[in-house]
Amino acid sequence: MRTETMAASDKYEAVIGLEVHAQMLTETKLFCGCSTKFGAEPNTQTCPVCTGMPGVLPVLNRKAVEFAVKTGLATRCRVSPYSRFARKNYFYPDLPKGYQISQYELPLCEGGYVEIVLDGAVKRIGITRIHMEDDAGKNIHEGAGNYSFVDLNRAGVPLMEIVSEPDIRSPREAAEYMRKLRSIVRYLGVCDGNMEQGSLRCDANVSVRPVGQKEFGVKAELKNMNSFRFVEKALEYEIKRQIQVLEEGGKIVQETRLWDSAAGVTHSMRSKEEAHDYRYFPEPDLVPLVTGQETIEAAASSLPELPDALRGRFVSGYGLPEYDADLLTSEKSVAGWYEEAVKAGGQPKAVSNWMMGELMRLLNEEGKSIEECLVRPAQLAGMLQLIDQGTISGKIAKAVFEEMYRTGRGAGDVVKEKGLVQISDEGAIEAVIDEIIAKNPAEADRLRVGEEKLMGFFVGQVMKAMKGKANPQLLNELLKKKLR
Amino acid sequence: MKLNELTIAEVRRLLDNREVRPREVLDDVYGRIDEVEDRIKAYITVTRENGYAMAADAEQAILGNRASLLTGIPVAVKDNLCTKGVLTTCASKILHNFIPPYESTATGKLKEQRYLLVGKTNLDEFAMGSSTENSRFHTTRNPWDVERVPGGSSGGSAAAVAAGECIAALGSDTGGSIRQPASLCGVVGLKPTYGRVSRYGLVAYASSLDQIGPLTKTVEDSAILLSAIAGHDPFDSTSAPVEVPDFARVLGQEIKGMRIGVPKEYFTGGMDREVADAVYAAIRKLESLGAMPVEVSLPHTGYAVATYYILATSEASSNLARYDGVKYGFRAEGKDLMEMYRNTRAQGFGAEVKRRIMLGTYALSSGYYEAYYKKGQQARTLIRQDFEKAFEQVDVIVTPTSPGAAFRIGEKATDPLQMYLSDIFTISANLAGVPAISVPCGFTAGGLPVGLQIIGKHFDEEAILKVAYAYEQSTEWHARRPSL
Ligand SMILES: [Zn+2]
Repeated sequence: MRTETMAASDKYEAVIGLEVHAQMLTETKLFCGCSTKFGAEPNTQTCPVCTGMPGVLPVLNRKAVEFAVKTGLATRCRVSPYSRFARKNYFYPDLPKGYQISQYELPLCEGGYVEIVLDGAVKRIGITRIHMEDDAGKNIHEGAGNYSFVDLNRAGVPLMEIVSEPDIRSPREAAEYMRKLRSIVRYLGVCDGNMEQGSLRCDANVSVRPVGQKEFGVKAELKNMNSFRFVEKALEYEIKRQIQVLEEGGKIVQETRLWDSAAGVTHSMRSKEEAHDYRYFPEPDLVPLVTGQETIEAAASSLPELPDALRGRFVSGYGLPEYDADLLTSEKSVAGWYEEAVKAGGQPKAVSNWMMGELMRLLNEEGKSIEECLVRPAQLAGMLQLIDQGTISGKIAKAVFEEMYRTGRGAGDVVKEKGLVQISDEGAIEAVIDEIIAKNPAEADRLRVGEEKLMGFFVGQVMKAMKGKANPQLLNELLKKKLR
Repeated sequence: MKLNELTIAEVRRLLDNREVRPREVLDDVYGRIDEVEDRIKAYITVTRENGYAMAADAEQAILGNRASLLTGIPVAVKDNLCTKGVLTTCASKILHNFIPPYESTATGKLKEQRYLLVGKTNLDEFAMGSSTENSRFHTTRNPWDVERVPGGSSGGSAAAVAAGECIAALGSDTGGSIRQPASLCGVVGLKPTYGRVSRYGLVAYASSLDQIGPLTKTVEDSAILLSAIAGHDPFDSTSAPVEVPDFARVLGQEIKGMRIGVPKEYFTGGMDREVADAVYAAIRKLESLGAMPVEVSLPHTGYAVATYYILATSEASSNLARYDGVKYGFRAEGKDLMEMYRNTRAQGFGAEVKRRIMLGTYALSSGYYEAYYKKGQQARTLIRQDFEKAFEQVDVIVTPTSPGAAFRIGEKATDPLQMYLSDIFTISANLAGVPAISVPCGFTAGGLPVGLQIIGKHFDEEAILKVAYAYEQSTEWHARRPSL
């Protein structure tokens, strides 16, 4: 059974495109002056415009345009000098106007790409388009009896829809792509990237085809994946499902499917026949959006150094592997921390190892971000120097670092207070070696006649006796001298 | 003479000379309403209490020498303009109880000048119609013959002005809804250039065509009221950032040497004999004042009605989606959401509104969009270019306003196509976005008024006002009043 399934999945290739909705971090909504703050009492951040009262008109928030232009530039899109808003018509209680103001035929940004790193290799994922639109409100079904409540605080909050090309070939690539987009919008400060709160949302178009076939298979649209893990899981499930349908001689139907994270499956939500006809047409209440060269240049000149550029610089400048560089540049704050530590004298690869190892482990344990970390970059550099100078061993350093992490004190202080300074005094080490040899004469003889693996036994015994503080290199040399 | 029979300019002089007080003008207006309103039915809501409160305020301003042109002037407002705290129904059951928490920009400007709101006038439901027979409340009667319609959709405003139930009125014009009723009721009606007056607070029928404008007893009043409501509005992105001249300034200037275009496509039959005679006589009158009639061609005129009914209904189908029973207005309960939507909209909208929603929904549907909406947009461009070309040769264009005088109530009610054709001469100005005015130019043998339409270039309301004023001052038509 198992081998059969493996074989089946090897015969097929998945084709995935993602539609990502990113809530923009503007102070006010896309078409009115209401606040976008999250978590206020229902319907307290509303006005006649965002509640769809009769006769009101939308006025475009210029900040949102600036944010979308920045995102377009950061993903190497062309920014259109002339774009248009369009109405997407459908009925739903959380959609007060009966239409969403989006962009359809002439979006703001088109034809870009982002790079992802997978297994040390760089891959480009094409961006078809980025456009702006207003968010809907929220229906609340609890506490209303046979009715539902509608909260319109979110109605009108500005979103960017970032549509990828069908360039993604695996769930892992999809998750990596999402991480990269999140990283970019956070670098730009245009979206907080919070998937759980819904400020970054993702729908996927997924199909499978026999390996080698050029034409795409029939696709399903997946919705409701509100974490990176769920994106990966939902796609894994859906790809398996589609392959199984095909292997059993069935046909894939074009439909929208909902990810059920509790059950770990996708359910059919509506078929192509039931799909909405959104009756898009140009929004007559807004004039065409003209984005001049000056606007684009101003946005370009205000762009920060972006993760891909930084990654490149980390590889060429610090000699880091792609993997290290990608991980360290996924968050602006992490990259900044890294560079500060290197600038303070830390050896680049050593800093990377310590950050990706001990530092991330400790932060993850507490669910903290690097901004909340008590250890300063220069303190890590200082600790690395103590290792280089032989003052402490690498092993001791782990304990030192943990103490630094808890207290925010420098390595030197910790080492001094806890008496963790490495012992490099030949005489002192030799005295202990002699003592251990005297206690284990049989083992000493076997080593002398060539039983090399006993070397480790003696190193361990001496270290134990010296509470790990012996200079390991020196200890090795002295042991060899005595027992050969 | 009663004060309600006077014009804005005449009442202004009396108020400024302290010969009358605002409340005395209002006394005569409300007295007239008491006298004739049960026969005319021009109003949906008479705001007597509100009116007198505003009169007290206006009087203070006059006494404090803070009066401006509209201070203390009783004005009637079409019931599709939102007035804060005052019922605004659009003559629809679906908004039968809607009290806006905001003021339209146009009425807001009058409020700043301390005008007096007399009441909210009747219209065809959501301004869809040419007779006010589509009002969900009652049909307004033509003051010249109460068995006949006043025209529409601003029939209530036109009838109120003609019957002396106000000094002046505001209406809205999407395909002729100010000019056609002005013509049928023997008053002056002006549709400004698209973008001249803010649409904020005007309940949208067809956003790319709707404009607010004045209905008045004289051309001078038309200029005064237009100056008061015109201008760029940051709350309406489609309102044009152009300077607003004092329109009254050009009145009385000579029209000698002005070139008056007579479009050959408008004088090819289908027009009532008496209307044709009156309009030809008006052209000769203009010639006698020194203007030069020039034949021009507007070759795409034949497509105007079809183009209008595709584009206007498409926009309407989307604009009216917000009336869903969820947030405000009428709701008919149902066993679930879908049934509530269906019941609400089935019972809340009248037949003509439903007809247009269905037409527009069809025209925007996928598979039909290209053949209808898109074609309609292309035809609209051609119609606009017709005017641009014609205006290279002439300063204004004159046509009849309506192909016939006021028709009998019920005469066209069962034949929507016949009804649609009553806007055949006015629709093109909305499609092209150019300004146009209707002035009285004669009477039929049966004593019904006939209107002359004068169309101008974009943002050249001064030219049409100048010609209209010269014509009015050399004729006596405007001085006639219906005997009620
Ligand atoms: Zn708002």
